[in-house]
Amino acid sequence: MSQIKVAVHKFSSCDGCQLAFLNLGADLLLLADLVDIKHFAEAGVVDESVHVNVAFVEGSVSTNKERQRIVEVRKNTDYLITIGACATSGGIQALRNMNDGKAWIEAVYAKPEYIDSLDKVLPIAECVKVDFELWGCPVSSEQIVTTIRSLLSGVTPKDNTEKVCMECKRKNNVCTLVTKGDPCLGPVTKAGCGAICPSFGRACYACYGPASHANTASLSQRLIGIGLTTTQVSEQFQLFNNNAPQFKRASDEVLRK
Amino acid sequence: MKQQKILKKKDFQSLLNLLAAEGYAVIGPQISDGAIVYQSLDHTSQLPIGFTDRQSPGSYTLEKSANEDAYFAWANGPQALKPLLFQSEELLWTASKDEANSIRFEQCLPVVKPIAVLGVRACDLAALELQDKHFLQKEFVDPYYQKRRESLLLIAVNCSHPSANCFCVSTGDGPSAQKHYDIVLTELDDVFLIASGSGKGEKICGLLSLTEATENNRQSAVEQEEAAIKVQTKRLPDIDVPVMLKNKTNHSRWDLIAEKCLACGNCTSVCPTCFCHTKKELHALDGKNSQHYRVWDSCFSLEHGYIHGGAVRSETSQQYRQWLTHKFSAWVEQYGRSGCVGCGRCISWCPVGIDVIEELSALSDEA
Repeated sequence: MSQIKVAVHKFSSCDGCQLAFLNLGADLLLLADLVDIKHFAEAGVVDESVHVNVAFVEGSVSTNKERQRIVEVRKNTDYLITIGACATSGGIQALRNMNDGKAWIEAVYAKPEYIDSLDKVLPIAECVKVDFELWGCPVSSEQIVTTIRSLLSGVTPKDNTEKVCMECKRKNNVCTLVTKGDPCLGPVTKAGCGAICPSFGRACYACYGPASHANTASLSQRLIGIGLTTTQVSEQFQLFNNNAPQFKRASDEVLRK
Repeated sequence: MKQQKILKKKDFQSLLNLLAAEGYAVIGPQISDGAIVYQSLDHTSQLPIGFTDRQSPGSYTLEKSANEDAYFAWANGPQALKPLLFQSEELLWTASKDEANSIRFEQCLPVVKPIAVLGVRACDLAALELQDKHFLQKEFVDPYYQKRRESLLLIAVNCSHPSANCFCVSTGDGPSAQKHYDIVLTELDDVFLIASGSGKGEKICGLLSLTEATENNRQSAVEQEEAAIKVQTKRLPDIDVPVMLKNKTNHSRWDLIAEKCLACGNCTSVCPTCFCHTKKELHALDGKNSQHYRVWDSCFSLEHGYIHGGAVRSETSQQYRQWLTHKFSAWVEQYGRSGCVGCGRCISWCPVGIDVIEELSALSDEA
């Protein structure tokens, strides 16, 4: 098997998704044997413009410089995988897309002219072609391992099309929405986290993004039924994946009620 | 029913002690995370004493029961026997590469200890019969299910407090246990009526200190059963449901349900008879071995109906139709009876409170 060359690039983000690599433990050493890690600044390997077979991209595009850089990253890779909410949907920083970002910069910084921010935070797919998306805030090591293993075996990585409820029920968790009336977004959220939050009795806050066929309108109605105001329901959809089209729509629609 | 005797409540712990002494790991109902769940049970004080469940579409809460000393004054929780037999994640086999790079497969049959389950309901036993039909079909016996099934000792407790979502009377499955139990209890004020239903159960009963039941005890049990029947106002529509559903393939109701349905799979996961599953592969990073799991799936999963080229049921309306018509109609052809045992779980645990009875009624109203 010829070694595949890998790069891990960072854009506007908290670095948390890169930890999914660094937290692999012993598997990180194995990974370094299986693939040729060419660029991974957080791990100390820097060669940003090298050509690789697979590029993992963390973070959103938030500045002009980043907008140019992602085009280079795309040119220099055969396969591009976004990792995490920022890269895939824009992340928490995309909240400024709903507001006047410029006015905020002017209010916060003494010399706003030094701040080079785009008007809107952009997910990677709005700038360049993305081959595969890993959702999550942050993504898990299991997602990384499964994806790399698939690529090493020469198969297309498999998307998770389930909803969090399926993973939650397999863990024999008691439904927090049904017993406590907690505003759980599990029924509209993409699976992959292993239902971490509900396993600790906390409602899901959709950090893995919208599931396909997510019936956000019905869930919104239900959340109003258990006592949330329309503003509160709207805010449920305005977390890490606020800029994902399905959640953006859900967040807007409920306010029109 | 076999001859009933009396187990005094003050001697209830002796049943648990005896089961442990006979080598059983005991599992019984307890309160956890706001619901009644089946967990490892050492002492009767862990049971949901003095609590009852209030269930309505999309809602399940526990509250103090009028009878503060009762152990079983509740209907059910989200699960009972299904996770013990048809496990939500079961390792079926592993595949590994040896040094010559040839692949070796190894079956991973579970190592199971005898388990005694206390507090099994009539609906759970009816569901068990259906799961047995599916997993233990003559020439297609599932060895994983079979091993777990053979390890079970079932102690039923007749249901005295059906919830507002229960309709086991109309499916003919409850509220009292009819078969498939090893021991059956009826909880009365100070005593349990106890009877065995199998050789295993008879052996346990023979080792307990029991007394003769009085006519009063028996009369109380009959009255309690009558009350439990009477309290169930929910029932299947009084028509031939399997036939009705066959003629409703293109009914507009399916689209209406889909507006509400989250296609989340909660109903099928809590349904004690649903048996659909998918396979999951857990690869080691180096590709030298892989674990092959069977995990619960749902007809509401997009991949469940996926065949070459696409999903045959990609719309929620089609998925809901599949679930309802399979459960209440196609199941009859497949297993000789409806797949519904009237436990009401799919109604209570649906996050948006879709009620199968309401849907069946709506579908049957129009010609």
